[in-house]
Amino acid sequence: MTDVDIQLKVNGTVRRATVPPRLVLADFLRVNCGLTGTHLGCEHGVCGACTILLDGEAVRACLVFAVQADGSEITTIEGIAAPDGALSPVQAAFRDHHGLQCGFCTPGFVISATALLQENPAPTDEEIREGLSGNLCRCTGYQGILNAVRAAADPGTD
Amino acid sequence: MKPAPFEYHAPAGLEEAVGLLAELGDEAKALAGGQSLIPMLALRLAVFDHLVDLRRVAGLRGIERRDGSLWIGAGTTQAAIQRSAEVAEAVPLLARATPLIGHFQIRSRGTIGGSIAHADAAAEYPAVALALGAEFEAMSPRGGRTIPAAEFFTGMWTTALADDELLTGIRFPVRPARSGYAIEEFARRHGDFALAGAAVAVELDGPRIRRCGIGLFGLGPTALRAAAAEAELAGADPAGVDAEEVGRLAVSALESVPADLHGSAGYRKRVGAAMVARAWQRAVQEAGDD
Repeated sequence: MTDVDIQLKVNGTVRRATVPPRLVLADFLRVNCGLTGTHLGCEHGVCGACTILLDGEAVRACLVFAVQADGSEITTIEGIAAPDGALSPVQAAFRDHHGLQCGFCTPGFVISATALLQENPAPTDEEIREGLSGNLCRCTGYQGILNAVRAAADPGTD
Repeated sequence: MKPAPFEYHAPAGLEEAVGLLAELGDEAKALAGGQSLIPMLALRLAVFDHLVDLRRVAGLRGIERRDGSLWIGAGTTQAAIQRSAEVAEAVPLLARATPLIGHFQIRSRGTIGGSIAHADAAAEYPAVALALGAEFEAMSPRGGRTIPAAEFFTGMWTTALADDELLTGIRFPVRPARSGYAIEEFARRHGDFALAGAAVAVELDGPRIRRCGIGLFGLGPTALRAAAAEAELAGADPAGVDAEEVGRLAVSALESVPADLHGSAGYRKRVGAAMVARAWQRAVQEAGDD
């Protein structure tokens, strides 16, 4: 099967590669780019661990072939903090409100919450729950995650 | 890499795309947003030697009024439909159904044409298209044709589209005055496939019902119209109609209702009747208030 040349921008860096068409974007990011912060859980679009931003929108990196992302701009969890390493408001809130336990699902939750708050900066609890319903936490630490996103939306409510 | 190897094609035009599909036959599959196809490939429920990616094909995206209908390009994402003020105004049932599809991370890639051409029995858009009497525009090397929603869904994951035919756009009737719309579904969690659901459109003419469309999902091998209930309601005075009776009638003729560990066929039928009754009540109320 014929490999395909692609070029995309990942966290601001241009990446060129020749990839098999069946390589999903999540594997491209982890294996070809060495960005292992994007986690793979179910690999068929259910768990949300591999959520990334593709041209600014949250998507499942296991449900996009790398060849489909040719020409696009990707932000992974490694690109969420400021260049000087300062945590983003969502990341800081996850730390402050115990929004993680084992940490496996955390990159996906942080990306989903970041996209959610970009679209809706002041969500209700119901909207936060709905926005996070596409991410699974098998430690079941959902209350801490909910508290973190609520705090990130409105830092004054601590 | 979990999917089986395949050859990738990314044609730039519609003619090239349908030409590829014609040449490659049933070894090829069109790839739109991939939110149903890629999981099926990952689980190897489906294997294709060729995927024809539609992302570069011009003219497959957009939302615009055309000849009194609202035309939506097949490649338009569910996220774009959810954000569209035009859709909310002209086709409220479509706007209300969209947030029920998967999760927002799915809707940012998933397309309306993909949902309809994939024709999952539990998907919302096919039932919405049936309830509204939408029309589908399809293109093949033989030319274009229009397929009414009522003739499109032929069986499990099966549609009236030929192997070399692409769904290019959907035409929805623009909401007339004194009409009401509702969609109700029961799912175990938000974003899960519904166990059963119903989309209802009601148009009033004076005190009587001019047209009632009822689309059912999760209740058969594909999306279905509740034709007997629709016929019974046309011309009726909604004040004299019992909502629970509408629900019972809508599911009465169903054959081959799915059954799995989440619910027996009998349970799904009862839930389906309740979803129809609820959607009917809300749609009629909205039509009367309009």
